[in-house]
Amino acid sequence: MLGNLAQQGQITAPQIAYDAILPVLIVLGAACVSVLFEAFLPRHMRWPSQVLLSLTGLAAAGIALAVYVSGSPVAGLTTLSGAVSVDKPALFLWGTLLALALPAILLIADRSVEPGGAFVAQAAIRPGTVQDRAQVGSTGMQTEVFPLALFALGGMMTFCAANDLLTMFIALEVLSLPLYLMCGLARRRRLLSQEAAVKYFLLGAFSSAFFLYGLALLYGYAGSVKLADIANAAAGSDRSDMLLFAGMGLLVVGLLFKGSVGPFHTWTPDVYQGAPTPVTGFMAACTKVAAFGGILRVLTVGFESTSWEWRGVLWAVAIISMAIGAVLGLTQTDVKRMIAYSSIAHAGFLLVGTLAMTDQGLSGTLFYLLAYGFTTLAAFGVVSLVRDTKGEATHLSAWAGLAKRSPVLAGVFTFLLLALAGIPLTSGFVGKFVVFSAALRDGMAPLVVIALVFSAVAAFFYLRVVVLMYFSKPSPDGPTVTVPGAFTTAAITLGVIITLLLGIAPAFALDWAGAGAFAF
Amino acid sequence: MTWVLALILWPLIGACVVTGLRRNDRFATLAAVGFALVELAMIIPTWLTYEPSGARLQHTSSMDWIPSFGVHISFGIDGIALVMIAVIAFLVPIVIGALGTADKLPQDRSAGGFLALILVQEAITVAVFAATDVFLFYVLFEIMLIPMYFLIGGYGGANRQYAAVKFFLYSFLGGLIMLASAIGAYSLAADELGDGTFDWATLVTVVRDAPVGTQIWLFLGFFLAFAIKAPLVPLHTWLPDAAGEAPIGVAVLLVGVLDKVGTFGFLRYCLPMFPEASKDLAPLVLVLAVIGVLYGSILAAGQQDMKRFVAYVSIAHFGFIALGIFAFTQQAAVGAVSYMLNHSLATGMLIVVLGLVIARGGSTRISDYGGMFKVTPLLGGVLLIAGLSTLSLPGTNSFVSEFLVLLGAFDTQPVYAILATIGMVLAAAYVLWLYQRLMTGPVRGNALVGAGGGPGTAMAPELGARKTIKDLGGRELAILVPMVVLIIGLGFFPQPVLDTVTPSVDATLSALNGGQ
Repeated sequence: MLGNLAQQGQITAPQIAYDAILPVLIVLGAACVSVLFEAFLPRHMRWPSQVLLSLTGLAAAGIALAVYVSGSPVAGLTTLSGAVSVDKPALFLWGTLLALALPAILLIADRSVEPGGAFVAQAAIRPGTVQDRAQVGSTGMQTEVFPLALFALGGMMTFCAANDLLTMFIALEVLSLPLYLMCGLARRRRLLSQEAAVKYFLLGAFSSAFFLYGLALLYGYAGSVKLADIANAAAGSDRSDMLLFAGMGLLVVGLLFKGSVGPFHTWTPDVYQGAPTPVTGFMAACTKVAAFGGILRVLTVGFESTSWEWRGVLWAVAIISMAIGAVLGLTQTDVKRMIAYSSIAHAGFLLVGTLAMTDQGLSGTLFYLLAYGFTTLAAFGVVSLVRDTKGEATHLSAWAGLAKRSPVLAGVFTFLLLALAGIPLTSGFVGKFVVFSAALRDGMAPLVVIALVFSAVAAFFYLRVVVLMYFSKPSPDGPTVTVPGAFTTAAITLGVIITLLLGIAPAFALDWAGAGAFAF
Repeated sequence: MTWVLALILWPLIGACVVTGLRRNDRFATLAAVGFALVELAMIIPTWLTYEPSGARLQHTSSMDWIPSFGVHISFGIDGIALVMIAVIAFLVPIVIGALGTADKLPQDRSAGGFLALILVQEAITVAVFAATDVFLFYVLFEIMLIPMYFLIGGYGGANRQYAAVKFFLYSFLGGLIMLASAIGAYSLAADELGDGTFDWATLVTVVRDAPVGTQIWLFLGFFLAFAIKAPLVPLHTWLPDAAGEAPIGVAVLLVGVLDKVGTFGFLRYCLPMFPEASKDLAPLVLVLAVIGVLYGSILAAGQQDMKRFVAYVSIAHFGFIALGIFAFTQQAAVGAVSYMLNHSLATGMLIVVLGLVIARGGSTRISDYGGMFKVTPLLGGVLLIAGLSTLSLPGTNSFVSEFLVLLGAFDTQPVYAILATIGMVLAAAYVLWLYQRLMTGPVRGNALVGAGGGPGTAMAPELGARKTIKDLGGRELAILVPMVVLIIGLGFFPQPVLDTVTPSVDATLSALNGGQ
């Protein structure tokens, strides 16, 4: 068919609504410029110019987004011949991603906590070799992390606006590949970091394959990769359901993997622990937003008509995810692994909201993503400050009695943990409330009760850290708390303020999140 | 600005001031006492301007919070809430006064932080009783745990971490289940009215007409949270740990006030919102209540630790209160409400007095003491008064309430009332036995005569014991005398309290029976 069209010279360029997709273009453009910086700028100028470029890029993208939104745009615009859908949820997710990327970039850029930054000077050197020992003392840093982060961000933004599965797959790869690399860049504990990168890459490649295979089956079923066409085909046809559900199953496995939903979570604890902490924060916040943005869109747009057939399966997945996150989280002795399991439990809660296929479910899940992202980013920011001679002191025993030495840090971390546990007056509570009330109103009372029980179980391991920090005797050779520089302070402060703000006055964010439905 | 709002905000201001003064224990304590006394003084105009026969909720105020969910920040009180708020305001100055006498903080802790937390706890607890929006009530119900968690975990005994976490998780889980029910009620309102709301008065009118099946599920959610809080057997196991490990003042607040949120919740939320479910499930609650009375009494008699003793006594008394509430007669319910007040006073005083005993002997084990009356007659006297009030001797405040509960319950539930009466007999036994072990006979026990003389070798060091152990001082008397006055006073003149709560109780019961 394509050949035919080419012969007739009839390929018309698709209409592109540049004003709508400008934020994505800016981010990807900044990423490209950033690569050029890497290539042409002398080494000593790279860090400042990269930081400046990244922050300017984010700000410009944010402004472009704000300008577009304030101009009361067409509700549910699709552009690039229907490949990208700039609807209200997509705009909210873009805003969320840009807002979360700001503190994440600040954490990545920080060089005051660890001299030279959290990233290694030369990632390619094998751990344990002479060269590796030689570079321990250097304060250089692999500044490629900035273009990588920007590319990942651009991929995420495309991912949650992708209106057909092929665009979604490409966006998935654009967001994943930089993340694999970034995981391996930790300055300390090189071996752990590289192991994390390899593990994430291998499992991520598997999940991409699942996604692609599912895509192929769905194309076979519907004759199109557009979500809307798949929905139409599923709504009324006598085609084999086998293809539809096998394809959907494989597709959703790929998506759930990215969202670190149990039982597709196995990479999460290892990667969260091994990756440099700023990157972990970036992954935990932004990848989760992008993945659930994609899940929401695929399930709502593509498969709503068959929801009663697959909902039971995802019920089970949500329960498994909450159970794994809450129960295994209890046994963790490492702060980063603990937050990783907490993120698996939160993925389960998010899935509960996703399964309520109503407007409230959509807006609740969107709000939850915003709230969770800021809280978890700030939490990783705090984790990066508690250090001993070997780098970050992530073992829980090192946190004993921290409140004595550093009351402000302990107070901030306690607040963030309470938010993760969903205690009222924090954003975590409001998020849980909107998600669970949507699920309850959609007739999922048993699932909500199970989710509430696991919330209480998960509260235990957050409290355990609070107990450790406040009520335990500090060990004499315990870690020191680094006084953070401006960047990290700004990132943590931003996270804490938003966590508090969304807990006390959530009305405005709830209104944004509930502004409209998916368009296709 | 209503009086209720003032009562909520004032301790918060106090907490900020005390935090600012935390470097100096003396100033911090003085400021805290000042704020607590002003709070107590503000109860007087609140009480005087409250009209018992007036509107169901008075001193009301309301503002929007989350409009899209119909959530308001609205406060207001009925007679029951008023009495409970008055009790908190009365107990907090005593708790602060007890610091340094009955209460000793761990050495590395300053008084400022402790007192600030106490004031925050006071503000939140007042707000819980005054909240008239179900969502707001839930939020405060959970927030209430946080200062208490730090008070137990930061300032408590050897096993405080375990106790604090256990306390928090029990209540948190109960609260979450209640949240599910609250959302369920909200959905009912949204279906019925088109626009969801969490306003208590509106929810009551909607939810009460829901089918019985729905009501029972929603009722169970609220009930579980309150039964953990109250606590009813078998959900009580956190209380002996928490009260046993908490500092004396914190134990007073925990057992005296915080736990009353549970029984208050039965009256404010369970009965009016789910009348059919309440009636259907009343037998279950009554069985739990009577088991609580008997089980608590028997275990109290067997306790070796004074603080755990008080916890089990309270579990028995909470059984009485639940019996009074779920007997569904006016006498019993009025008795239950006044029992909520009187239990706070009696048990609060018992804990403070036992705290004074512990502060002298340095041990919480009952067997470490004996014959203290010879050394400290005044202390023995106040312990007797607190004990007699605990066992509801006529002439003390508790007698009136316990009598009303049993009398009212006998009309509708004679079997349970008779079984609960056994609890009164047991109360006499465990209280008097405690008194006997602590106070009568020759001076003995490790805590009084030192490690050299064990039990049984008490005669010789009696003089030595007199040297180190002093009787009550002026400050200790100052915190005890108001309690004694109230205990005796309310024993003879209970009418003002009964008059205040009766209209609210009537309104609750008539809502139960289908009236407005």
